[in-house]
Amino acid sequence: MNETHHLRRMTIAWVIVSVVADVLFWFFVGPHVPPGRMTDMATSNQFDFNILFVIALPVLIGVWIYLGYTIVVWSAKRGGPEPVGGEAARTNRTAQVAWITITSVVVLFLAGFGTVELVVNHGSGGGEGPNPVWSPAGATKAEAAALAGTGTWSPHSGQVLPVQVIAQQWKFTYRYPTFGGFETTQLVLPTNTTIVFNVTSLDVTHSFWAYQLGVKADANPLINDVAYTATTQQGQFVVRCSELCGIWHGAMYNYGRVVSQQAFATWAQQTEATNAANTQLLPAFAWTYTPDANGAAGGYYPDGKVTPYSSAEVYGAKQPAS
Amino acid sequence: MSTVDERPHEVALAASGTKPPLTQRPGLLSQHLGTALVGAIIGYAIGHWLGNTISSHYAYIVNSGQNAIADTLGLMFGVAGWLLGIGALNYPLAKLVGRQPNSEVEIQGWSKYFRYSTNHKTVGLQYVVGVLLFMFTGGLLAMAIRTELLSPTTHVFSPDTYIKIVSEHGTVMMMMATSIVVGPLGNYLVPLMIGSRRMAFPRIEAFSFWVFVAGYMVIFSALPFGGFPTGWTGYAPLQTQSGPGMVSYLFGFAVIGLGMMAAGFNIAVTIINYRAPGMTWSRVPIFVWSILATAALLTLATPTLFAAGVFGLLDRTVQTAFYVTEHGGSSYLWENLFWFFGHPEVYIMALPGFGIAGEILPVFTRKPLFAYKVGAAGMIGVSLLSFFVWQHHLFQSGINPDMRPLFMLTTELISIPTGFIYLVGMGTMYKAKIRFDLPMLFVMALYFNFLIGGVTGVFLSDVPVNVTVHGGFFVLAHFHYTIMGGLLFAFMAGLYYWLPKMTGRMMNRRIGLWHFWTMFIFFNLTFFPMFIIGLLGQPRRVFTYAKNLQGLNDFSSISAFVLGFSFLIFFFNLVWSLYINPVKAPANPWDSLGLEWQTATPVPAHNFDRIPVVLADPYHYSEVNAPAVADLGPASPPDEPSLSGAPA
Ligand code: HEM
Ligand SMILES: [Cu+2]
Ligand SMILES: [Cu+2]
Repeated sequence: MNETHHLRRMTIAWVIVSVVADVLFWFFVGPHVPPGRMTDMATSNQFDFNILFVIALPVLIGVWIYLGYTIVVWSAKRGGPEPVGGEAARTNRTAQVAWITITSVVVLFLAGFGTVELVVNHGSGGGEGPNPVWSPAGATKAEAAALAGTGTWSPHSGQVLPVQVIAQQWKFTYRYPTFGGFETTQLVLPTNTTIVFNVTSLDVTHSFWAYQLGVKADANPLINDVAYTATTQQGQFVVRCSELCGIWHGAMYNYGRVVSQQAFATWAQQTEATNAANTQLLPAFAWTYTPDANGAAGGYYPDGKVTPYSSAEVYGAKQPAS
Repeated sequence: MSTVDERPHEVALAASGTKPPLTQRPGLLSQHLGTALVGAIIGYAIGHWLGNTISSHYAYIVNSGQNAIADTLGLMFGVAGWLLGIGALNYPLAKLVGRQPNSEVEIQGWSKYFRYSTNHKTVGLQYVVGVLLFMFTGGLLAMAIRTELLSPTTHVFSPDTYIKIVSEHGTVMMMMATSIVVGPLGNYLVPLMIGSRRMAFPRIEAFSFWVFVAGYMVIFSALPFGGFPTGWTGYAPLQTQSGPGMVSYLFGFAVIGLGMMAAGFNIAVTIINYRAPGMTWSRVPIFVWSILATAALLTLATPTLFAAGVFGLLDRTVQTAFYVTEHGGSSYLWENLFWFFGHPEVYIMALPGFGIAGEILPVFTRKPLFAYKVGAAGMIGVSLLSFFVWQHHLFQSGINPDMRPLFMLTTELISIPTGFIYLVGMGTMYKAKIRFDLPMLFVMALYFNFLIGGVTGVFLSDVPVNVTVHGGFFVLAHFHYTIMGGLLFAFMAGLYYWLPKMTGRMMNRRIGLWHFWTMFIFFNLTFFPMFIIGLLGQPRRVFTYAKNLQGLNDFSSISAFVLGFSFLIFFFNLVWSLYINPVKAPANPWDSLGLEWQTATPVPAHNFDRIPVVLADPYHYSEVNAPAVADLGPASPPDEPSLSGAPA
């Protein structure tokens, strides 16, 4: 059998199987790939996964077909002609150049694609640190207002909603700066709204993973890790800690809800009212809080003038006198 | 004999027909594993006492009820006692006080394996046992993990015990994996493959092994100290917060790190300087290239790990604040230092496997290695690039978020040179006549497994996808596919391939086939579901999970038990083939052209009667008028196969 014959057979098999597999995947599996489509971030992360998968499948299938072919056709058991050694079997310039070119093109495309997705989607729901450069419209203003205590949010206003996520061993609590800064264990969000999560920790490193929202951001003490998402569907979602934070890390999860804008506003106003007495005892809203001198939970201090958009101040956060 | 001018001396001796004294019987007061253990215990006691004496009255120590100073000094003195006891310090100490050190000659008989041996073949076999022991204990912990994960609601362990098992498992396995190929096969084979009689620094080589064992004991000392809850990644501030087991983790990494640096340095110098005449860079076997690239990583990346560990110890003992954000340090510092080492480390755990595959393929396909130069260049490329990707472990950390596109690019770029191993492999298999003996089967499995590992790596490096999969079982599956599916399968291929040379016994094929098929099938059945489990939202290192994931988890657990069993088949095969029913191995059972196979079995003490003159690279299979690989001189023993040309 001559050379082209082997390769032609494999190529034909590869093209057919790849096309079928890709089409089946794209239409039947793709729409169900995590994290789903509850937010714009989730949708775009799912889209990215599917694009990668559609590119990866032919690669996998190509190598599998080749290996399978090798095992069946080129096994010593089947006899066949003696292999050829010498220079010809050592280097085949065309094969090498083609291999390097194709892999490079695929890889560079993927890097470019990932970058575009990351920038266009405002960080793709990942933790962007204290000074995000790819913020959605209105986010920076909403954040500044939240810190100043002048932020507002009302239904159908198109306003961005800042929410603070405070992680500690072993639970998450949430503060709503636009509603008087009340703190609660429930994460409720309005639908069709851009959300800014400000994630921080009171003790060790945790990671705020709102699975269906397509959001994941590490929670570090003294650091405000910002992540964006825009809700598009109502429903329940899971929040899990995804950075090992000690013994009860496995039990550090709860559920959140995306509800209609009106329902959210009602819930937030009610909670603000019922929690008012408690809220007064809380430290003033800030991006990060430091544990007290003994590291005891409960008694933490706001670290004053830290704004989220100046890394110098965040990293050099002044300690309040205790 | 002295080490300094040994090589010309040996050559002269060999040429004149006389041989230097090689072995002697052990003296009564000789040093061995037993004295090392005694040294370690005494050292530990002294160190602990000293630590308590100088520091037990400090208020913070009294208040916390923990004396990290005593624990650290105990372990440090313990390791020093161990090294004294095994005899690692005899030579430097004698030199230090101006005495002529005793000559180091190899001890006869099996007891040499329990001694400070400077013979690279003894060290290689010591490492085989060492890493298998490491792997076995780590494997038991893995079984415990999968047992706990059988049910989300019924628990076998407390969350506390569970997290400590997970952490110990990860750390032990990662430490083991740094040396699993470089230690046993690197030390044993590199001199044979490059036509040298020895390593460049035999004492450093012995040191690397005994320090490796010390590291093993230090990391296990975490258990009596109460374990540590941080996983193998040891992130601060959890690190700062946790108990005395953390000292074992930090010091253990520092100790293992010493061994890694020593081994890497020694091997790199050997490869560069001890190649036989004619062993030009374009004739160096691909395995040696991979070990050279690995050695470079070991020497250059490990100092970061060592420093990171020492900073952590200082934080715990003398209250510095390298990793304490509230006191001007940074928990990000640990994350950066750890992964700055940690990513090169993952290629320390990949490259040797590629080398083994490249070495075995030509032998069983009866074809020259395809694209040898691209393969070697790829390994060097990988080792360079691997220093520029570490932030991909920290995409969601908030560190340096604007640089994510850069690290996404570098990480995806590294899959180009990584992919060369497929170019080399598939090119070599093309129109070959493949003998599917055990080593080849394991290599085929590597190609299957590593493909999945590598491709999922590209998914992980895409930041938007990383948001969903970071910190979850998807990552877990990815790196088990690369490390276990790649490196460990390669190691098994290497053992089945080279043990006949190292031990003089063939491994049983039938038991080997059972081992292979159970390991291959159940490896995939254990770890493939973990990709799905991860996508469905299960984070790593958790003792409980969503109810609807129980089916997949149980499937994975049960497969894991069979996978564990496959290792018992392997151990049984070892015992069977080496002791119960030994079959003598011919000098060159696989008809290999590799220089290491041209020596007699068992390999003579000096490897080569005369330093060989290398004439060609070892891949001239199926070639008419192929050049001889090397001129070994006139003194070939009669049972040697012919060296010239291709075997029939
Ligand atoms: C094609 C090449 C590879 C690429 C593109 C790649 C990419 C990645 C990425 C992006 C991560 C971070 C995942 C996360 O935590 O979010 C990761 C994790 C990891 N990779 Fe790879 N990888 C590759 C090959 C390898 C190899 C060859 C090994 C080891 C032999 C390896 C071992 C690991 C380990 C141990 C981790 C996780 C460590 C941990 O979090 O505990 N990878 N890989
Ligand atoms: Cu956690
Ligand atoms: Cu990495």
